[in-house]
Amino acid sequence: MSKVIGLSGNEAAAYAAKQSKVDVVAAYPITPQTIIVERFSEYVANGEVETEFICVESEHSAMSACIGASLAGARVFTATCSQGLALMHEMLYIASGLRLPIVMAVANRALSAPINIHCDHSDMMGSRDCGWIQVFCENVQEVYDWIIQAFKLSEDLNVLLPMAVNFDGFTISHAMEDIKVLEDEEVEAFLSTRKVKYKLDPNEPMTFGALMLPDYYFEAKRQQEEAMKKAYEKYIDVVKEYEKLSGRAYNYLHEFMLEDAEAAIICLGSTTGLVRQVAKKLRGEGKKVGVLKPWLFRPFPSKEVLKALENIKSLAVLDRAISFGAPFGPLCSDIMATFFSEGKIIPIFNVIYGLGGREITPKEIEEIFNLALKTAKRGKVEEKVKFIGVRE
Amino acid sequence: MYALKDLPKEELFTSGHRLCAGCAHPISVRMVTKVLRGPTVIVSTTGCLEVSSSIYPHTAWKVPWVHIAFENGAAVASGIEAAFKAFKRKGIIDKNVDIIAICGDGGTYDIGIQAISGALERKHDFVYICHDNEAYMNTGIQRSGATPKGAATTTSPAGKKIPGKPEWKKDFIGICIAHGIEYAATATPAYWGDYLMKIRKAIEVDGPAVINVLTPCPLGWRYEPKDTIKISRLAVLTRYFPLYEYERGRYKLTIKVPKPLPVEEFLKIQGRFRHLFNPEFKKELDEVKYYVEENWNRILKLCGEA
Ligand SMILES: Cc1ncc(C[n+]2csc(CCOP(=O)(O)OP(=O)(O)O)c2C)c(N)n1
Repeated sequence: MSKVIGLSGNEAAAYAAKQSKVDVVAAYPITPQTIIVERFSEYVANGEVETEFICVESEHSAMSACIGASLAGARVFTATCSQGLALMHEMLYIASGLRLPIVMAVANRALSAPINIHCDHSDMMGSRDCGWIQVFCENVQEVYDWIIQAFKLSEDLNVLLPMAVNFDGFTISHAMEDIKVLEDEEVEAFLSTRKVKYKLDPNEPMTFGALMLPDYYFEAKRQQEEAMKKAYEKYIDVVKEYEKLSGRAYNYLHEFMLEDAEAAIICLGSTTGLVRQVAKKLRGEGKKVGVLKPWLFRPFPSKEVLKALENIKSLAVLDRAISFGAPFGPLCSDIMATFFSEGKIIPIFNVIYGLGGREITPKEIEEIFNLALKTAKRGKVEEKVKFIGVRE
Repeated sequence: MYALKDLPKEELFTSGHRLCAGCAHPISVRMVTKVLRGPTVIVSTTGCLEVSSSIYPHTAWKVPWVHIAFENGAAVASGIEAAFKAFKRKGIIDKNVDIIAICGDGGTYDIGIQAISGALERKHDFVYICHDNEAYMNTGIQRSGATPKGAATTTSPAGKKIPGKPEWKKDFIGICIAHGIEYAATATPAYWGDYLMKIRKAIEVDGPAVINVLTPCPLGWRYEPKDTIKISRLAVLTRYFPLYEYERGRYKLTIKVPKPLPVEEFLKIQGRFRHLFNPEFKKELDEVKYYVEENWNRILKLCGEA
């Protein structure tokens, strides 16, 4: 039995963590994620959870404490973004390198300087290669659903990798939506308690975080990459099982009117909703456009992306982050590599948009679609990287 | 009080580690592991002890042990403690698990001070032991906030103009006590009975406790490996390193030194202070002596012995 309640993205994240019966939360406030920490403190203060909540003195310590707790065998949750995520950077690699399940909500926010509290994806893209599983959410419902699913995937004994659940700062973190939530018992049955193979256990002393020199380090990293592959396989089991429970279907990608589309936009997060709306309008005008949204960003669903875009003649890739000095934005680089590696050459162009919370308008999205359609006709890209919505 | 014959024979920190001959770290760790109260988890930060005791696929540790990074021993311990607390609340475990962090002075006085401050303020139940060899030895003898005035390191070399580190050693124990913790102490392996007693007291405290243990380093201090314990003792007998403890507001000098040896006895057998004996650096040598005396008087006053 599910019920409908009104929650913001932050509240949904805190509520999902509560229902997941986390053992330890260690977190530090940063806008626009702060409310997650506040809501969770309220649960603790009211005795609604049995969680140990550590109000640490920095994000570096937040992630350090999460790592310690996860090593002890606990189910662990935290939240951050932007400068906080950057301060955690060193520890992100240690969490994944030690193969520790941890779930982290990231209310994506731009990075300083100049300081800015609004959304873009620069924070998580800066930690793209840290060995965490990463999903991007489109709305509050997805935040709720993904936090719960993340525990299942992250803690799977064949996976054992930390997982970041990304959602756009303010746009999702502060937007109130009516969402369907599961009953506590349903979540409990879906997750059960965390199973642990290796932990800090006085009955069975083990050494963690050892020094690995050139004779072993490479093998450890190779295994980590194998774990990503396992995560990729397990992912689909998790979403299917969750679908049975919730009726809400997730997949690697959300495909929208792609079957016969000539041109498509691919993008992450909350922007996708608007892009779909514009696509619908253009379809009404007889323009063959479609939209692709990856939920899963790491490991990157290359195979599925190729399949979904099989018949596309031109593609616009929207990036809400810059990879300074690189040929393309981060998502576009992955798309380019995906296509090129399979010998599929179609005109693809990159659109950098929305940095520091700049809104993208329906009109701008329409322009991007029209450009993609034009590109499909010409079979050639005019401008490889376009900045949309910026005063030049 | 501990008698040697009462200590467990079993070694929880085994031979075969790669620490240098004469290094005081393993001596200290063996002492720690002789007075454990029960199930224990040990955390270490990046440094000599960690890199030499856990070279995969080997380990010298027979207790659950974890190294995570250089600056976060206290934060990691916080997380472990929280997890065990949650397990207890949920009825998953019923036994108490002691948590001990053993970290270098670099990871403590400098880069780790924020995490330590946070953990002490939050009152996590763990013991923090700082292995104070007065420099970053793992990266090759660079100065730290624990390096004493006048000591030569590779980043505070004894040059023609500046003879060694110009600044005084940080009062780490003072900083910890200012957090309102129950127990803090200084120690050195030369006074093993004193050290064992302090470790056990620290473990038994409900909440955080801190011990700063002087761990001489033959390489960094430039002396013969056989002299480690001798130097540890000289540090105390010259009043260079006062041994005291703090317990719920009360300070106590645990090793009294009524007739101190001249500070030079401690300084002159170490290469790191050799330059201070050049006539042109007499002023600096006097400053070191002044520091030692001032510090001793300060501690005496705290201990109500002045
Ligand atoms: C963030 C970070 N900065 C620098 C280092 C390099 N580093 C490793 S160990 C170390 C010094 C360790 O000194 P200390 O804590 O005094 O321990 P010791 O080796 O002297 O026992 C440094 C600087 C690191 N590992 N991490």
